[in-house]
Amino acid sequence: MRIDLEARSAPSKVIEFCAPLLALCAAVLIGGGCIALLGKSPVDAFSVYFVAPLAEIWSLQEVAVKAGPLILIAIGLSFCYRANLWNIGAEGQFVMGGLAGGMIAIATFDGAGQGVFGSFWILPAMLIAGTLAGLAYALIPAILKVKLGVSEILTSLMLVYIAEIILDYLVRGRLRDPKGFNFPQSVPFDDVARLPFLMEGERLHGGILLALLAVAIAAVVMRRTLFGFDVRLVGSAPKAARFAGFSDARVTLAVFAISGGAAGLAGVCEVAGQIGQLQPVISPGYGFAAIIVAFLGRLQPVGILIAGFVLSLTTIGGEGAQISMKVPLDMTRAFQGILLMCVLAADVFTRYRMRISFGGRA
Amino acid sequence: MTSPTPAGAPALIAMRGIVKRFGEFTANAGIDLDIVAGEAHALLGENGAGKSTLVKILYGLLEPTEGEIRLDGRPICFEDPEAARAAGIGMVFQHFSLFDNLTVAENIALVLPRGEKLAGLGARIEAVTKRYGLKLEANRPVWTLSAGERQRIEIARCLLQDPKLIVLDEPTSVLTPQEAETLFATLDVLRAEGRAILYISHRLEEVRRLCNRATVLRAGRVVATCDPREQSARALAAMMVGSHIVDVRAKPADAAGPERLRVEQLSLPAEDMHGVCLVDVSMQVRAGEVFGLAGIAGNGQDELFAALSGERLAAQSGAVRIDGISVGRDNITLRRQYGAAFVPEERNGHAAAPDFTLSQNVILSRHATGGVTSGAFVDLPAARALARDIIKDFDVRASGADPAARTLSGGNLQKFLVGREISRNPSVLVLNQPTWGVDASASAAIRQLLIDLARQGSAVLVISQDLDELFEISDRMAVIHDGRVSQALIARNTTREEIGLLMGGADMTKAIHAH
Repeated sequence: MRIDLEARSAPSKVIEFCAPLLALCAAVLIGGGCIALLGKSPVDAFSVYFVAPLAEIWSLQEVAVKAGPLILIAIGLSFCYRANLWNIGAEGQFVMGGLAGGMIAIATFDGAGQGVFGSFWILPAMLIAGTLAGLAYALIPAILKVKLGVSEILTSLMLVYIAEIILDYLVRGRLRDPKGFNFPQSVPFDDVARLPFLMEGERLHGGILLALLAVAIAAVVMRRTLFGFDVRLVGSAPKAARFAGFSDARVTLAVFAISGGAAGLAGVCEVAGQIGQLQPVISPGYGFAAIIVAFLGRLQPVGILIAGFVLSLTTIGGEGAQISMKVPLDMTRAFQGILLMCVLAADVFTRYRMRISFGGRA
Repeated sequence: MTSPTPAGAPALIAMRGIVKRFGEFTANAGIDLDIVAGEAHALLGENGAGKSTLVKILYGLLEPTEGEIRLDGRPICFEDPEAARAAGIGMVFQHFSLFDNLTVAENIALVLPRGEKLAGLGARIEAVTKRYGLKLEANRPVWTLSAGERQRIEIARCLLQDPKLIVLDEPTSVLTPQEAETLFATLDVLRAEGRAILYISHRLEEVRRLCNRATVLRAGRVVATCDPREQSARALAAMMVGSHIVDVRAKPADAAGPERLRVEQLSLPAEDMHGVCLVDVSMQVRAGEVFGLAGIAGNGQDELFAALSGERLAAQSGAVRIDGISVGRDNITLRRQYGAAFVPEERNGHAAAPDFTLSQNVILSRHATGGVTSGAFVDLPAARALARDIIKDFDVRASGADPAARTLSGGNLQKFLVGREISRNPSVLVLNQPTWGVDASASAAIRQLLIDLARQGSAVLVISQDLDELFEISDRMAVIHDGRVSQALIARNTTREEIGLLMGGADMTKAIHAH
């Protein structure tokens, strides 16, 4: 038996549009099968997963709150992945961004150091510091790659664990709230160091707006600027990029700076918006989940926007299913993996036609 | 039309009514082909005529949509190349199918039938390469080898299988005339041993020298079968393209103009231990002339091209001058801004990004010289308009308004890429193997463009392995061998033999008519 993949001459626009939806359907069928094997009703499970979170204002907000960092990080990562560079360490850049922003909030706690300037600068300074910290942290693997040829996959991943340990150490040590009964957490940030909420008394904060802004900027940069052209060319045909006069090293540093900055900004938004203080762990794995979001969204800004909400929805729904139906959290993670596999497979089938032939030997 | 088999000889291979469709595209539309033992059979046709598809079907790489293949009268259906090899069909590809990280011997071992002992393989390789004059080191990794050496691996591993039919796809494109003669002698011996040869080439003189029968394909059909020895090269070319081939107008250059490209004592270390280093390369190309640089693949052409384009920088800025400006330390963008333009050998992946559209590929080499950008933004409408102009002015056949580069045939993409540079009116144009793998009519068109550009006052440097091409268009010629460039010779005062000797490494200091 032989399986051939034959390139389609021109993938049809209709199929290209429908493929992610068909992939979603396939993932739901496979996931439903798994849930049925667990002895639960797949129909109930999916109404908890997909319908319940959309039915109420508070859970809708929760979906948007979780989608914000995912989208912001994935937008940054899409620059790296478009250039065929593999930043796996967004989680660490997220942590460093949150830490740097949080340190400003802690240093200015309760009016300290505000002097004559007042407090209006604190939040912008936190956002800038968080972005720069993530950016600088991402430049470590980029510089190692450019100067010494070290694999950015390994270094960026390993730096995640270092960042997590630095945060853990500081929150248990110098940054601990002296009046906090020895709990490993910082002082709660002042209101001037918090991202404003979009609605009074609710949980949706300004981070989602920054994510939307990032989507818009990325769409323009990727399609319309010479830099975006450069990034896509380096990823698609590196030798042609050198012939075009673009420098590999410059692109490597730039895309790592962009993705690190975006992850750092997401990190500071998380501590200044959602959490409101530093804790030993500030991310439920956004930096890794964003890799899935980037590919689910096919590295396209609008695709990433949609994918961020889909993944957030399954996470919130998964939590609901865990509570109301006792479906294990691992099922949610497995489902996210199944979804990614289906999207990637659908991608292959839009571009290739599979032909299975049975032939005898001569 | 069926091919007439020499009287009484039973066909070794009989292909009948071969049809192969890819989606809506029909590559082979009912082809009949007979090959008898001991013959050298030429398969002629332009790029896209269906030669490669037919050969891949014969070799078990593709399955025919319709049709039948018989070997010694028995119907066969090869599931994969291994089965084809076991049945006695050997193949030497134009595009090498080698693993770069493995050695010569390992690459050969890969295609041996399963279960064959590896012990003593080295000795067998040596025996075969010696017998057929294929110089090879069994333990060298392939990535360190030149194109010419890589082809020798392909030939050697084909011969190790003791094949009944040997298919060669453009085998002489990386050989000197003398080496090609050695190959022909080898092929004559193989024929005398009773083996059949299926020979694919654009070089019609070669086909006339070597083959006793030719099948001409056009648009997936057999349009003629003939004895190539009884036809002129022009007549064969006319059968291939279905029309009359226009001669390149090669009127001699007027009095030599000012020097526009000067290379002076350019030395460049090899990029890796098996690479070629450039040693003291000096040459001048003047306004109004086409300068031809001949040489066998892997003698420093790619390194020289990179040093001229600025993809690699020289140690001294004075080593390369464009219109008197020292640019040896400047990058490719600056060199373009000084008026130079470049066309590298590899179309897909170097000169063009295969998945990008033609208009995006215009931006690729022209973003720094104006017209397709405004500030930090790309001007997509302007790039599309420019691509349309190039398609029209240079007679590029492309489907759709702005298709991806990879969808164009080799000849059409090359016309587009040459047009992309020429339409800028460069003062200096450097091309590496401009007609490699390009069909006859596109090659003629490209050569004409180069001559016309030079006659308008540009300096054109053509690096090529194709001596016919260089003699057709060059005013002066030199040879690159082992990273050194010979003195320049006046093209019309020199002979193929002279150039051939230099290409084979004859002492350069004894270069004959110094200019």
